[in-house]
Amino acid sequence: MEGSIDYEQAGLRVGLEVHQQLLTDQKMFCRCPAGLYTKSHDGVMLRHMRPTLSELGEYDGTALMEFKTKKNIVYLLHKSNVCTYEMDDTPPFIVNRRAIDIAIEHCLMLGCDVVDEVHIARKQYLDGSIPTGFQRTAIVGVNGRLPFRDRELTIIQVSVEEDSCREIQDRGHLAVWRTDRLGMPLIEAVTGPELKTPEEVEEAILLIGRVCRSTGHVRVGMGASRQDVNVSVRGGRRVEIKGVPTAGQARQLVHSEAIRQIELLRLRDELHHRGFRQPSDIGMEHIDITTLVADFRVEALQRDTWERFVEAEQMRPGMELAEGPFSVRAIRLPGLAGTVGRACQPGRTFAHELAGRIRVIATLDQQPILVHSDDWPDYPGGTEELAEIRQAACCGPDDALVVVWGVESDTVTAAKEIQLRYADTTEGIPHETRQALPDGCTDFERILPGPDRMYPDTDSPAQLVTRERVQNLLVKLPDPPWRREPRYSAAGVSTETIHFLIRRGGARLVDRVVEETGFDLRRACLFFGEELKGLRRSDLAVDKITESRWCALFEQMRQLPVLWEARRQLVEGLVDEPKLSVEELIAKDHLGEEPSGWQTKVNEALSAATARGLEENKLFDTVMGQAMSVLRGRVPAVRVVHVIHELQARKNDNG
Amino acid sequence: MAETTDPLKGYRGRARQRLQELGVRVWSEVRILNDQGSTFEGVILPRSETADDLHVVVKLATGYNVGLHIDRIREVEELGFKEAVYKIPEQAFPHSPDLPKVTLLGTGGTIASRLDYRTGAVIPAFTPGELYGAVPELADLCNLTTRKIFGVFSENMGWEEYATLAQAIGDEIQAGVDGIVIGHGTDTMGHTAAVLSFMVQNSPVPIVVVGSQRSSDRPSSDAALNLIHAVRSAAYGDIAEVQICMFGPTSDQYGLLHRGTRCRKMHSSYRSTFRTVGDIPLCRVSASDFGPLTHEYLPRNPHRRVKIDPVYDDRVTILYYYPGMKPDVVDALVDQGYKGIVIAGTGLGHVNKPVFPALERAIAKGVHVVMTVQTLWGYAQMYVYDTGRDLLDIGVVPLDNMLPETALMKLGWVLGHTHDQDEVQEMMRHSYSHEITEREPHNGYLILQGGLPETEEFVLSQWK
Repeated sequence: MEGSIDYEQAGLRVGLEVHQQLLTDQKMFCRCPAGLYTKSHDGVMLRHMRPTLSELGEYDGTALMEFKTKKNIVYLLHKSNVCTYEMDDTPPFIVNRRAIDIAIEHCLMLGCDVVDEVHIARKQYLDGSIPTGFQRTAIVGVNGRLPFRDRELTIIQVSVEEDSCREIQDRGHLAVWRTDRLGMPLIEAVTGPELKTPEEVEEAILLIGRVCRSTGHVRVGMGASRQDVNVSVRGGRRVEIKGVPTAGQARQLVHSEAIRQIELLRLRDELHHRGFRQPSDIGMEHIDITTLVADFRVEALQRDTWERFVEAEQMRPGMELAEGPFSVRAIRLPGLAGTVGRACQPGRTFAHELAGRIRVIATLDQQPILVHSDDWPDYPGGTEELAEIRQAACCGPDDALVVVWGVESDTVTAAKEIQLRYADTTEGIPHETRQALPDGCTDFERILPGPDRMYPDTDSPAQLVTRERVQNLLVKLPDPPWRREPRYSAAGVSTETIHFLIRRGGARLVDRVVEETGFDLRRACLFFGEELKGLRRSDLAVDKITESRWCALFEQMRQLPVLWEARRQLVEGLVDEPKLSVEELIAKDHLGEEPSGWQTKVNEALSAATARGLEENKLFDTVMGQAMSVLRGRVPAVRVVHVIHELQARKNDNG
Repeated sequence: MAETTDPLKGYRGRARQRLQELGVRVWSEVRILNDQGSTFEGVILPRSETADDLHVVVKLATGYNVGLHIDRIREVEELGFKEAVYKIPEQAFPHSPDLPKVTLLGTGGTIASRLDYRTGAVIPAFTPGELYGAVPELADLCNLTTRKIFGVFSENMGWEEYATLAQAIGDEIQAGVDGIVIGHGTDTMGHTAAVLSFMVQNSPVPIVVVGSQRSSDRPSSDAALNLIHAVRSAAYGDIAEVQICMFGPTSDQYGLLHRGTRCRKMHSSYRSTFRTVGDIPLCRVSASDFGPLTHEYLPRNPHRRVKIDPVYDDRVTILYYYPGMKPDVVDALVDQGYKGIVIAGTGLGHVNKPVFPALERAIAKGVHVVMTVQTLWGYAQMYVYDTGRDLLDIGVVPLDNMLPETALMKLGWVLGHTHDQDEVQEMMRHSYSHEITEREPHNGYLILQGGLPETEEFVLSQWK
């Protein structure tokens, strides 16, 4: 089901959770350097995660799910960017104060009320992304607002937290993580579920990005900011799409998710219509059919297809692979014929929902992960083979059949997950975290963790935030985008350049230069927002120039406007001669000084060029070029032009 | 965890007063409005004793905790009240007639726990039913009984506790248990294991001391695996001695069983902190097998009669020698009534000359002075240098390669029997449980230095 849908009618509601890495020297809870990524490792560690029961004797849904997967978790360590804290062998050091300050700056820019005491909590994650099994996180501000289009978006909270490991591999029962990123400080800004269309989502993501950049204290580059998007439709339930890479991709993802939820609600209604009203109404039986299908032609179910897969993927029993024999399992779903093949996301069916669970929880990931009766593979003899399997599984005409394969224990887990997924559907849309796929669809990642999995981090003392500390940060706060952008616009700067300046941090430098020197804002924007790009591209090390030298340069250019015309030369000088002051650079080439008798020299050049017999139009260009190579930055070009034209006219008059 | 009936648990001073004015208490479910119009909905939590009296802690519905300054609170509405009851619903530990009987003695610390997510509290799980819920694998290993002997942080353990524990062990052995596990904080686990090695001798069954380096409420905790290893060792292991069971490497790979007299906590926080000093560990243990590293141990024998000897004299101390130490330190100890001084001396068991007269005085007054080495590894060989020989002449008793902490425990135990100089000396120098070994194999001291190419290569080839 492609194409457009009426989002308003569907009751689409989207909220954002924007994660942004903060620009600090050290990590959040230890003194390792932040932002030092490495590709190699000098130590390896093996761990497993166990869920903790709640006092009611229940497991949090996510925790239980992760425990079922029985993952071997391997961490790659590099001594330059992790210490025993990241290894979960040392308690946390006192939280990075600068990280809290930058978080407060974000709170202020987003109009939040900053809390009086920051209490650090533990948010449990059992997928192995954090060796302790939980992320340390704390609320810094609440009750904010973001001016957006003709209204305001609610900012529910801004929290500060530590970043997780980077996933290197997740195959079968083995997950491998790199620890370099672990522990880097992040803020998370959470909006209310108030965005109404995919376009609004994209716009809001970009706007929040500009807000973060406006503080000037965030990291830029790949992975420095990530967003999770929470999507629900009327009658549906909040689903979190995790790790949306760019604002542009958010549009398609939100669209696909809206469709998925609408289709799942329709499937729910169909299930109710068929008499499956609650989870316990879903039945399931499974049998082993390994021997039955041994000679069948459907390739996916063949033992040697599996063995080739295991060998190609280098899966080892006890590590990636569970122990036990290969098994093909037929799963009968009474009364559910036709539901497996129902459309779900654009280009996908409900079978994909089942496959997602099987892949993650049963860790069976050999494509196509399952085959089913609503859409049995098309090959000669296929119909007969399907019929045989259905008979062996005692399937009646109203029953659906799903077949999975792999290590025996995993196939049994898969059968149970299929039943659970259908059981969830009788209630509507399961609470899930889904991962973004490149084609704009999503796939299951984990059961959405509840607030229940948070508890205080007793290792960390609470941090006091006085109103004085907040005030000190407030007075130094740069303009948020909605104040800066109109200001720049009014000066005649294009939106594209404004956004570039804010995204790349140049806006802060522009504001400083303009504030300190009184230089013209529009020109400063064009210089830092456009010209500098070109200079950088021609390999000029302009980023080495300090802010105070830029200010000194612009101060000189303000005082002596003609210097502006020699700015390229001056910038080169700033790069090549870091020991010279701006005044010395100017004096060295006599810039700003009009040489005496220059009109005469121009006249001589004109005569010489005329004598060479150059045509009229080429004449001007040649002489102008010659003149400016000497006079640039010393005599305004417009005056040279005027003089040349005058001399030309006189010559013509004289014949 | 002392239960208090104070409805404003932990709040004092101005914060207490404000809460009283507002008519709310700890566990009240509230909606709070502050001076900037922000609303906070959640549960009022107890205040930590070491925190100030200006803030109120609220656990929000989102799961986060925040601290609100009392001066910023404008309005509070109580939406409900639900007392936190820290009791876990019990599930019976399954009983299998064929499985060995293991008793877990609790001394404090939390080998397993549950979380009250509403308040964020960590509730210890200790009864067999509670442990079964947290570590269901135990039911496949044994029939478990638990007894809480006392509940103290391990740094608060003392001589009275050791004697009580030894007695409890005796009772369990009498009752016919197949193995004993002792849950213990890791700070002083080495001390307890050492003293129990003397107070409990000739055991017919394994006695395994276990704890966890990372609290058991964490998903990454070593608690469950340590407990599984310890229970296996108690139920099926062959080593009928007091032993410590903790992680081998920091990875979830295997545990190690260390003899109680030679095991020491060597890092303040690493999972792999416990090491056998001056010898090799007894055995490697995993969830599925044992890998004995030596045959020199007392094997399991149900017919052996255990000897419980829980006597002590607590007037013993360790003196950690340092250059420039003045004799008055020794004098002060003697004058305060100490009867046994373990010196952790430098080198081969040395102290400086100025201290000698103080030692002579001590010994003349009937104080027993024994020598161990600060370096932990190696022997006190006091006949090698003049200093040592002089100390021997004075009457300082060399303890060869006994660890300082083990020596302290042993001296306290020995002095519970006798104060006769010769008898004390004989008992101290007699090795009951490998606390002194005659030989140190070349692999008894293996401290690899990081940074060297060969070490880095080795480390990278193993799970850390």
